[in-house]
Amino acid sequence: MDIFLQQIINGLVQGSIYALVALGYTMVYGIMGLINFAHGEVVMIGTLVTITVAGTLLKAGMPVALAGMAGLMAAVLVCMALGWALERVAYRPLRHAPRLTPLITAIGMSIVLQNLAMMLWGRNYMTFPSLLPKVDFELAGANFTAIQIIIVLVSAATMGGLLLLVYRTKLGMAMRATAQNPAVASLMGVNINRVIAAAFVIGSALGALAGVMVGTYYEIAHYQMGFMLGLKAFTAAVLGGIGNLAGAMLGGVLLGLIEALGAGYIGDLTGGFLGSHYQDIFAFVVLIVVLMFKPSGLFGEKTGDRA
Amino acid sequence: MSEVLLEAKAVAKHFGGVKALRDVSLSIRRGEIYGLIGPNGAGKTTFFNCMTGLYVPDGGGFSFSGTPLVADAPHQAAERGIARTFQNIRLFGNMTALENVMVGRHVRTKAGVLGAMFQNAATRAEEAAIRQRAIDLLHYVRIEDRADDLAKNLSYGDQRRLEIARALATEPQLLCLDEPAAGMNATETAELRELIDGIRRDGTTVLLIEHDVKLVMGLCDRVAVLDYGALVIEDVPAVVQKDQRVIEAYLGA
Repeated sequence: MDIFLQQIINGLVQGSIYALVALGYTMVYGIMGLINFAHGEVVMIGTLVTITVAGTLLKAGMPVALAGMAGLMAAVLVCMALGWALERVAYRPLRHAPRLTPLITAIGMSIVLQNLAMMLWGRNYMTFPSLLPKVDFELAGANFTAIQIIIVLVSAATMGGLLLLVYRTKLGMAMRATAQNPAVASLMGVNINRVIAAAFVIGSALGALAGVMVGTYYEIAHYQMGFMLGLKAFTAAVLGGIGNLAGAMLGGVLLGLIEALGAGYIGDLTGGFLGSHYQDIFAFVVLIVVLMFKPSGLFGEKTGDRA
Repeated sequence: MSEVLLEAKAVAKHFGGVKALRDVSLSIRRGEIYGLIGPNGAGKTTFFNCMTGLYVPDGGGFSFSGTPLVADAPHQAAERGIARTFQNIRLFGNMTALENVMVGRHVRTKAGVLGAMFQNAATRAEEAAIRQRAIDLLHYVRIEDRADDLAKNLSYGDQRRLEIARALATEPQLLCLDEPAAGMNATETAELRELIDGIRRDGTTVLLIEHDVKLVMGLCDRVAVLDYGALVIEDVPAVVQKDQRVIEAYLGA
């Protein structure tokens, strides 16, 4: 049983990170029907900015807690600006273009950002500074760390905050109205451009937070790390029903659990033929199965009401 | 008579070879109920769409309370003080009645993205004021007991009322109603008539597109008739009713 519990814990942690990233995909899709494939790269840049800022401050002798906070704030601010710029430069001019055009642009932006990061930070793996104390706990034969607990708690709190923003504030109301009918929302005085920009900025802030979590958890970062993370989070968003916030959260956690349990048991199931490094196949098996049998996802509504 | 609120100057709109609007010029005075009628396909809704910025006219233009109305984006028309309802009801179905009206308050309030994220006192006060004003408007159109129901679950008549409340939430100087009586029974139409009359009494100018000729003639101060995209006549109901061209347009000549 201990491997089961262990993998549940690992899955929850990984799943919380997927969920935060998936929210960025789903918010943008819900409002403008675009899959922003560059979102994974925004997360990657969040991680790398934290390495640079927190690393530099640590070297200058700043206490770990302050350097970590500064690194996180810098990542969030840079990613928000990046998300805003992506929308403004790459997607807004294509607002009325056929849907394939912005999709290809998104892939293009993803490549541009990866190469930009490679030029700025180099092509080698980088070590993420230790920002949180390493404390281990044991529960019923499973081990977990303070970092894991913090990741799950911070994700949960952030997602709660996002739900409050979307369901309790004027901006959230404007976002939901725009998602349902942009033309009518603008006739009511909602500035569509502002709402779409807000979706990008908020999604990117969540992505930056996820990026810092990934760095803290794995203690390693690389300019290509956003690609696979982005695909997994996109899968999570599709699993939950893309465009649906609660769906992205649940989809992220579920995907994390499926991957962790799959990785934990794949060796036993295949008699040692496949090892736990095959864990990536589970995400994409999930993606294919969802697209085949329930393309609208767990919480997704019937499509067709989009203009 | 009082000043002109909205003036259309030779507004033209084509769709391919179809001339939906042919140089339509008319003027709506502040404080009146102005009716726009015409047979199906006469261009009434196209005129609305040009005015509210959904379409860009191919010729001519509008001026609103004395200055040109350049509506690049529909939210600018809302800012200037023009609100509308739709012939086919277009509410935000998955939001509550109250939320639908609250969205309409957007144009008159200012807290932005940062305010929403950090929830300072000013933002919270503003959101409380928005909610209160929205509740008042639901009272005004008498559907306050449906405030927390999803818009898509409201009855047809209540949805029409909700659309009017949402439009009023933008504090318009000019309220444009696109066939508000469509599909209503006699009782509902009578109630609607009272509501529109009340809106005008409370100081909002009303532009009414309607098929129900009886409603238009009974309620409007002045009436314009469109036929095949061209203005036939613009005058008080008593004159319009007797005009030979109007009778021909409706009965076929």
